[in-house]
Amino acid sequence: MSRQSNRATDSKKMNSELFTLTYGALVTQLCKDYENDEEVNKQLDKMGYNIGVRLIEDFLARSSIGRCQDFRETADVIAKVAFKMYLGITPSVTNWSPAGDEFSLILENNPLVDFVELPDNHSALIYSNLLCGVLRGALEMVQMAVDVKFAQDTLRGDSVTEIRMKFIKRIEENLPAGDDQHIYIASVGLNAS
Amino acid sequence: MADEAPFQLLHSELIHYIYKSADGENGRNITKLENMGFRVGQGLIERLTKDTARFKDELDIMKFVCKDFWTCVFKKQIDNLRTNHQGIYVLQDNKFRFLSHLSAGKQYLEHAPKYLAFTCGLVRGGLSSLGVKSIVTAEVSVMPSCKFQVMIQKM
Repeated sequence: MSRQSNRATDSKKMNSELFTLTYGALVTQLCKDYENDEEVNKQLDKMGYNIGVRLIEDFLARSSIGRCQDFRETADVIAKVAFKMYLGITPSVTNWSPAGDEFSLILENNPLVDFVELPDNHSALIYSNLLCGVLRGALEMVQMAVDVKFAQDTLRGDSVTEIRMKFIKRIEENLPAGDDQHIYIASVGLNAS
Repeated sequence: MADEAPFQLLHSELIHYIYKSADGENGRNITKLENMGFRVGQGLIERLTKDTARFKDELDIMKFVCKDFWTCVFKKQIDNLRTNHQGIYVLQDNKFRFLSHLSAGKQYLEHAPKYLAFTCGLVRGGLSSLGVKSIVTAEVSVMPSCKFQVMIQKM
């Protein structure tokens, strides 16, 4: 019984270790399957994208956050709410471009790399590239096309881990053909009255 | 509490990847997933048992797996543990988390094995780190409940 009681306190931490280890197993498998690091990076990004487009629904449902007014608000929500919720960390938002369409997330301690050391022969591997895909996929589902990439990575010898995000454009909502017509008819009705 | 959604999505992405990349052969895909689970189980149990007292016997180890290990991974304990006292254990989970969002009944039953392989590996890896060599298989008759059978290999 005593065993269980001291376990309950760090169950959240354990769970993130489970995630870290599972992610590690995935990257290991990818490195086995693909000869070159570029391919692994691409694959990780793709998988992240698939996760992102689904994770956004979970996020919106649980956080009750509405549409963001501008990119600055988006940055805040990502850093303070989303990262906190899913990875338990709060990256800092810095390096805004003058136009306000580009910023950096600085990750103090990236939980994905907790037990990781990159071997020398994988210098081009962007270990946590899944995160880029997740961010890109999730934002795409809220009509924002964003370019996401790692600018610095402590695993590769940099002093901090930095994710650079650049707003590309707002994605127009495509209404199905039938809906267009429906709106048109409705507006005519309004004018008549 | 919150970390769970990413893990679940990562797990389904894992399955998706393994099944998309390798051509056809079902058994090999299962093995791959199982091996990944094995590695994760090994690491996880090391972290999990670092402050616990030495286990008395095999049954004690199995109980630990059913309680602490399962709670860590799936947020609940195994619902039922049975054994023939000759090295076979049956762990029953009535609401297995990887299946509970798939279906409640027989729909998609043919896809169930994919969602169990990783966990079989987890258990086998965990046990192997505790010095118990085993074979772990799983079976589902109605989702989301499933049974894991652990056969201890005498060394």
